[in-house]
Amino acid sequence: MRKINVNIIKKAVSELCIQANMNLRHDIKKAMKKALRGETNKRAKRVLEILLRNAEIARKEKRALCQDTGLVSVYIRIGQNVKLAGGDLKAAIDGGVKEGYQKGFLRKSVVKSALLRVNTNTNTPSVIHTEIVKGDKLKITVVPKGFGSENKSKIEMLKPTNGEKEIIDFVLETTKAAGPDACPPYILGIGLGGSFDKAASLAKEALISSIDKPNPRKSLKKLENTILKKINKLGIGPMGLGGKTTCLGVNILEYPTHIAGLPVAINVSCHVTRSASKTI
Amino acid sequence: MRRIKTPLTKNIRLKLKCGEELLLSGTIYTARDAAHKKLTELTQKRKGLPLKLKDAIIYYAGPTPERRDNLFGSCGPTTSSRMDNFTPLLLKKGLGAMIGKGRRSPEVKRLIKKHKAVYFLTIGGAGAYLAKRIKSSKLVSFKELGPEAIYRLEVEDFPLIVGIDSKGKDIF
Repeated sequence: MRKINVNIIKKAVSELCIQANMNLRHDIKKAMKKALRGETNKRAKRVLEILLRNAEIARKEKRALCQDTGLVSVYIRIGQNVKLAGGDLKAAIDGGVKEGYQKGFLRKSVVKSALLRVNTNTNTPSVIHTEIVKGDKLKITVVPKGFGSENKSKIEMLKPTNGEKEIIDFVLETTKAAGPDACPPYILGIGLGGSFDKAASLAKEALISSIDKPNPRKSLKKLENTILKKINKLGIGPMGLGGKTTCLGVNILEYPTHIAGLPVAINVSCHVTRSASKTI
Repeated sequence: MRRIKTPLTKNIRLKLKCGEELLLSGTIYTARDAAHKKLTELTQKRKGLPLKLKDAIIYYAGPTPERRDNLFGSCGPTTSSRMDNFTPLLLKKGLGAMIGKGRRSPEVKRLIKKHKAVYFLTIGGAGAYLAKRIKSSKLVSFKELGPEAIYRLEVEDFPLIVGIDSKGKDIF
């Protein structure tokens, strides 16, 4: 058994929160630069230029890319040969989030209760996903997600006899509904299959993968490309002011499902889709 | 790009055209969901409001905390449509302009026209870039709301696009 002290996890979570919120992901920056080269719409070009400038300012001056520094999802993959020592894992993760949000001057956007709306002032609790995997390592991924785009996310329980066409229609309908409101160009995380909750969970997790990395499943890679092309024909554009750049990337994750269903979840995400990982 | 200054009187507002890009300097106030709810409750209870609404500009924003230089690190717009239900009352009380991102309801559009107000867009997700155009900030009210408190901001060359003009013309 390899022993890992939870204080190391706390420190890593704290650093990852700051890193994710201040550094635009490399794959997204790359996609934005590519989009800028391909845009002919003047206003779209100007908005993309400002967004790239924003990323430079944030990185150099250690500012949050966006004031909505999000509700934090923390994915923790623990090797089954790891023994956690020194305290409670959940307390360590939330302790890390609290510390990172204080040190980084990040916004505390979490309220204690959906109904009572009192700010916890620590940006905790986070939403923690734990998975036990092979080996003796531990991987932490921090995903701070803003709610402008979270609010536009949708789930639909399609029929088992439906297929790609209905999935594409639902994605296009959801993107049109988000329109100019949720900071396009978007990144879409799509969860296919599983149960109601599994599909939603996959949709969020799909946002972690690099958008420039092709899906290892051939059929999904094709579907991702088709969706991306169709969305970019909608003409919503950066900030919704027109242009070819409505979506920078589509990532799909799939899971086996029931004979009676075809769950589809879409986690709409803005152009500052954030995540940062560390393996201990 | 044309520069404009606060107070944004009716005469100035009438000249702004949908789609026009501007740089604003002067005083604006932050207020988002929770602050809008509170302002509405105060009005319903016939109590005084913490800011003068006549010709005022409300920025739908909840900044990151003030840093060591007493300025926000990041302060971009939030989704305006969530404020739609509270907006008619504020327009009736003289609110001159709003700054946010995204679409507004047909009702808000109609009342913007009626009251000769204006709705501006600024760049969503460019919080670091926009924060640098804010030269000072002062807490005005609702401190208990944390990032949702009302702040008075002094801005310089703050970039705006006219989203809905005083004639009700909508960029979307």
